[in-house]
Amino acid sequence: MFDRDRWQEIFEAIGKNKLRTFLSGFTVALGILIFTILLGLGNGLLNSFLSSFVDDAQNVIFIRGGRTSKAFKGFQENRRIQFENEDFEFINSNYTGKVEYATPRIYRDGLAKYKKESGSYSIRAVHPDHQYLEKTIMMKGRYLNEGDLVERTKNVVIGRLIEKDLFKNENALGKTLDVDGIAYKIVGVFQDSGGDNEERILYMPYKTVQLLFGNNEHLDQINLSYNMAMDTEQAIAFSKKIEEDFKKKFNVSPDDQSAIRVRSFVEDIKETMVILGGIYALIFVVGIGTLISGVIGIGNIMTFSIKERTKELGIRKALGASPKSIIAMVLQESVLITAVAGYLGLILGMLILKLIGNNLEEYFILNPKVDTGVIVVATITLVLSGLLAGYIPARRAAKIKPIIALRDE
Amino acid sequence: MIEIKDLHKSYQMGSNSLHVLKGINFSVKEGELVAIMGSSGSGKSTLLNILGMLDEADTGSYFLDDVPIKGLNETKAAQYRNKFLGFVFQSFNLINYKSALENVALPLYYQRKKRKERTEKAMEYLGKVSLAEWATHLPSELSGGQKQRVAIARALAADPKVLLADEPTGALDSKTSYEVMDIIQGINDEGKTILVVTHEEDIANMCKRIVHLKDGVIVEDKPVEQVRASQYV
Repeated sequence: MFDRDRWQEIFEAIGKNKLRTFLSGFTVALGILIFTILLGLGNGLLNSFLSSFVDDAQNVIFIRGGRTSKAFKGFQENRRIQFENEDFEFINSNYTGKVEYATPRIYRDGLAKYKKESGSYSIRAVHPDHQYLEKTIMMKGRYLNEGDLVERTKNVVIGRLIEKDLFKNENALGKTLDVDGIAYKIVGVFQDSGGDNEERILYMPYKTVQLLFGNNEHLDQINLSYNMAMDTEQAIAFSKKIEEDFKKKFNVSPDDQSAIRVRSFVEDIKETMVILGGIYALIFVVGIGTLISGVIGIGNIMTFSIKERTKELGIRKALGASPKSIIAMVLQESVLITAVAGYLGLILGMLILKLIGNNLEEYFILNPKVDTGVIVVATITLVLSGLLAGYIPARRAAKIKPIIALRDE
Repeated sequence: MIEIKDLHKSYQMGSNSLHVLKGINFSVKEGELVAIMGSSGSGKSTLLNILGMLDEADTGSYFLDDVPIKGLNETKAAQYRNKFLGFVFQSFNLINYKSALENVALPLYYQRKKRKERTEKAMEYLGKVSLAEWATHLPSELSGGQKQRVAIARALAADPKVLLADEPTGALDSKTSYEVMDIIQGINDEGKTILVVTHEEDIANMCKRIVHLKDGVIVEDKPVEQVRASQYV
């Protein structure tokens, strides 16, 4: 294998039969190129789907109240279900160990003013846990805390773009913001990967909002995240359990679909993963198919080349080449061409993927690339397929009888 | 050098069996220059192929330099061919993408000689056939006579016991033929054992002994007065 002379012999044969070498190499390089790009794009698709979930924590469950669609236990239909603080505390006290974070939400809109600038923004009145559920990243200052709840402070946390809109180049931290005529102190500025709208939000302590607007205990929504130790099935069961408990709590018919809405990403993720798995499998099958056709291509060309070289191999045998040395020569040539061409195809493919980068984001392809493991496997596959593609023709070559090969044509 | 006893060979042609060699008894001593003659179909090429271990006899014995040549596997046959025999063919059989020098060096490669030694030896033998200046040329750039001389140099490079030439002048005009025969005679003068298969009377007469084959048997085996090719060159 590492006989320098034999390699020299092979390089000579390759160098002096450029067309043959080019053709067989090209087939393999093309196969690998397509394989790499397909796989990379598949990964890009996967990345894109995954990133659509990372805005919020993946283990979040949303609970919202609607209106009943059925009469139940003496209650009329079309009854409005209103959550209150007591329902939020119910979550915290009833599902210990299963709940990671939990927060209520009250939605409002407000006109925020600072000096001469003003804008209408969404307000979310929340519990401090909301930061973890929404994956809010603090740029300056702090998020809301327990103290804000207890004291019912008029503190507010604003999105990065609100600071940009209203404060221009000023630092908003510690400034007073007027929202619908009430003065709040800005204690923090945040950013969020969920897009521009997510960065134009005002977060306030929910108890403050309840006190200021209506002095009630109303909540619009409860978000919670389940313990990540739960697997998918357990998480789905947990979300069903919450739904059942809440239906019971509010005297809603178990088959009423609109009164209590419990939604989680779990099933979405599961479904998406199944679809992605399908896409991935498809890409893999197509990729492997291309690869196989490349290998068959090189096998074909090697077979043809053996036929073309029958005479040469016959001469070599007459001059004392053993069948083993003929097999080794053909195999090494095949492996060399496959490995080099395949590697070129791989490099080219990765280069193209790099060039594509995030340019195809609108087609749901994000950061397409292939990982090292795949490259290692691909390289091994290449050498093996070179052996495979070369073996049959090599055996045939070894069986050439010099007497037949040398018969005058 | 060569001892053959009661050699038989037949080929299966569909349902017919073609009996090509029907009991050949024949021996060659060291330093002989033997012409094997016969019309086509007489079995002379088959005999040469068996002598060259390119083909095997059905029955009979064959000793080459006191080594029994029988039931060799391919690897062993390749080894023996490399060690004992040099071939010269009618159609030269040079490897077309290798230069004259590389062609001559090839048997040495299969003897696992070092590259430097291969090149030196090959150059020496190319010089012997007066083609030293053509060393780097490809076969396609050489004339028929030059090609055959390269082939002879290649056959000699491995320093074989016996040189087997199958119609070495068959593809050459008579002037070139004599040049080639002159070289063959020169090699024989140095003591090399040579067998030449030919159907040309004048070529056969340039050997020292003529064996006539007809229908698979030797009909005549006689020494001849050697005609020197040099007088025609």
